[in-house]
Amino acid sequence: MAKQPLDQFVAKLPAATRTAVYQATKGTHEKRTKMLLDQFADADQLRRLAGEIKQHVVENLDTYLPQVEAKLKANGAQVHWAATGEEACETVRQIMQARGATKMVKAKTMVSEEIELAHYLEKFGIEALETDLGEFIVQIDHDTPSHLVRPIIHKNRREIAQSFEREGLGAYNDDPETITRRARAFLRHKFLAADVGLTGANFVSVESGRLVVVTNEGNSRFSLAAPKCHIALVGIEKLVPRDRDLGLFLNLLVRSATAQQLTVYTEFISGPKAPTQPDGPEEMHVIFVDNRRTEVLASDCRAILRCIRCGACLNVCPVYRQASGHAYRSVYPGPVGSVLSPLLAAEFATKADLPKACSVCGACNEACPVNIPLPDLLLRLRDQGKRAHAALASAGTPPMGGWALMASNPSIWKTALFGGKMIDVVPHKLVPVPAMQAWTEKRTLPKWQGGEFRRWMKNRKKS
Amino acid sequence: MSLPRQLPGADKRVQLMATCLCDAFFADAARATVEVLEHLGCTVDFPAAQTCCGQPAFNGGDWAASRKVVRHAVKTFAGDLPVIVPSASCASMLFHGALLEFEKEPDLPAVQQLAGRTWELADFIVNALGVKQWPGRYDAKFAFHRSCHARGTDSGAAALTLLSSIAGATVAPIGEAEQCCGFGGTFSVAFPNVSTRMGGLKLEHVRAVQPDVLVGIDMSCMMHLGGLAEKEGKPIVTRHLAQVLRDALKNGKTN
Repeated sequence: MAKQPLDQFVAKLPAATRTAVYQATKGTHEKRTKMLLDQFADADQLRRLAGEIKQHVVENLDTYLPQVEAKLKANGAQVHWAATGEEACETVRQIMQARGATKMVKAKTMVSEEIELAHYLEKFGIEALETDLGEFIVQIDHDTPSHLVRPIIHKNRREIAQSFEREGLGAYNDDPETITRRARAFLRHKFLAADVGLTGANFVSVESGRLVVVTNEGNSRFSLAAPKCHIALVGIEKLVPRDRDLGLFLNLLVRSATAQQLTVYTEFISGPKAPTQPDGPEEMHVIFVDNRRTEVLASDCRAILRCIRCGACLNVCPVYRQASGHAYRSVYPGPVGSVLSPLLAAEFATKADLPKACSVCGACNEACPVNIPLPDLLLRLRDQGKRAHAALASAGTPPMGGWALMASNPSIWKTALFGGKMIDVVPHKLVPVPAMQAWTEKRTLPKWQGGEFRRWMKNRKKS
Repeated sequence: MSLPRQLPGADKRVQLMATCLCDAFFADAARATVEVLEHLGCTVDFPAAQTCCGQPAFNGGDWAASRKVVRHAVKTFAGDLPVIVPSASCASMLFHGALLEFEKEPDLPAVQQLAGRTWELADFIVNALGVKQWPGRYDAKFAFHRSCHARGTDSGAAALTLLSSIAGATVAPIGEAEQCCGFGGTFSVAFPNVSTRMGGLKLEHVRAVQPDVLVGIDMSCMMHLGGLAEKEGKPIVTRHLAQVLRDALKNGKTN
């Protein structure tokens, strides 16, 4: 019988990676939870409010997107619309070509990972260098991020030291501070030489057209300050209605993501350099990326578009903790990824297993700062996978048709209850049912007591 | 989550949904549920046509199959009596999951009607009957596993209230109590490696406090954890809360 790819991945995952991922996620989750409880009278209320605001935005994108476009233009930015990932990549390339630009420094943006921007630009001889330390390490290793906020959660410092040595960034040294200093020295020159700085946006205020970018390393600020052209790649769902909503969202995002009160850097970008300002980009472009988001909007899973990419659902998820990010074969891992990845995939069936990779424990929903009903969405996608006859969706799940027939017919059910005694007699290893094998490999099955309770209940009625 | 709050009538007549797992494997948990409810003055009806709440297929993604079983449950538990379920998971299937899969079905109102009368046992005892202090005696150190499907409901708190009120009982808090045991219905067989690793972590936390008994409000979690521990050759004692409550009453009488 077909096995689940994520489960197979977990079986082979090195214990050291599992331990590293488990400890890092557990640590952040516990710190975050304590912080929210200690610092707010009712953090749950904030989470629900933030969820309602984002849901409102998602359901009114048709109104808000033209408004924010007008505002951005009034602020001096140029606005582009990209229906697909490829269109977004091509827009970036054309902007660069028009300026004769060949060198880009990139701050961390998940949407650029989603559309594989760096690979696209590379084909045209454009260097797109990651400047977030984690993303930089991912890039030099030709690896992929394994967490929304901590792209190298799966790596240890010894591996990183080896990569730096290989790339000629100094002799082997696994002291984190040395590693960081070396990356800083290398990247500094790249910032100064870059033609274009690319960022994402954590939020865009419709009211003011302000882009908000949060980082801890200052690389986004440098990407904005040194190059003459700023390009922001923004998913169409990233809007908040008003500037004053940012207080709520920044408070929740940063605590949820890294258990900090505030990131070290919070940029509010209101446009390109004004004539009176000495520094900053002369040109600013905002590219709004759809890439199947409108299809998600039209589906019964639209609540996933509330997501602010904090990673709190990954950190609390018992499956992510065992599996780490690469097990999800997607840019977006964990609970949010298990919803988003199949929906954003060119073919749903290729990711139809991900919604199954979940015990439906609900911890993600409790942790989500925008209160996305993740378990409900995962369950909806399971039904969708079944209806689409996606082989990956059903791998390992026992067929339910016969069971449903039994469980809706009391006389067959009662017969089965009394007949079930068989499983105590036949050695479990010989039962040709894959689910039985999967259960009993590491667990015993209790003794069959089918019908005992019914008999007891019936007999006491008589007495 | 807005929870069903249909209270029992003066005669405290209720319907029992014993759950398929108790029907097949855990007869004593179902017996204890009846005895506990009767001790509280309830009259317990057991509709004999009952089978399952429909969750295995709902959770497994076969909603068409699940709806068939839910429709059978709706028919079997017709009427207006509270339906008591000794399982946070099966109860939440009826007041949450079923509503999701019947969203676009014409018979949604009938499913909602059942949802509005469905109670998890501990929640019913504490919040419908107002019992917060359990009589009798049970000298033991307990560890309590709050089922994941008790999230957003009052069941976890209710179970702890009852358990810690028993004379002689101590409840040792376990680490990472909010983490799942790894059962997850069909997940446990479709993802056996993840499932058993999750269970292993839960067992570590349980064993760390060296309880005499691990208590749950879902026999599914208990079956998974108990089965894992037994296979490891280091069995643990698992009980449903109802069994502990019933035994406390018995112990109280013999003392």
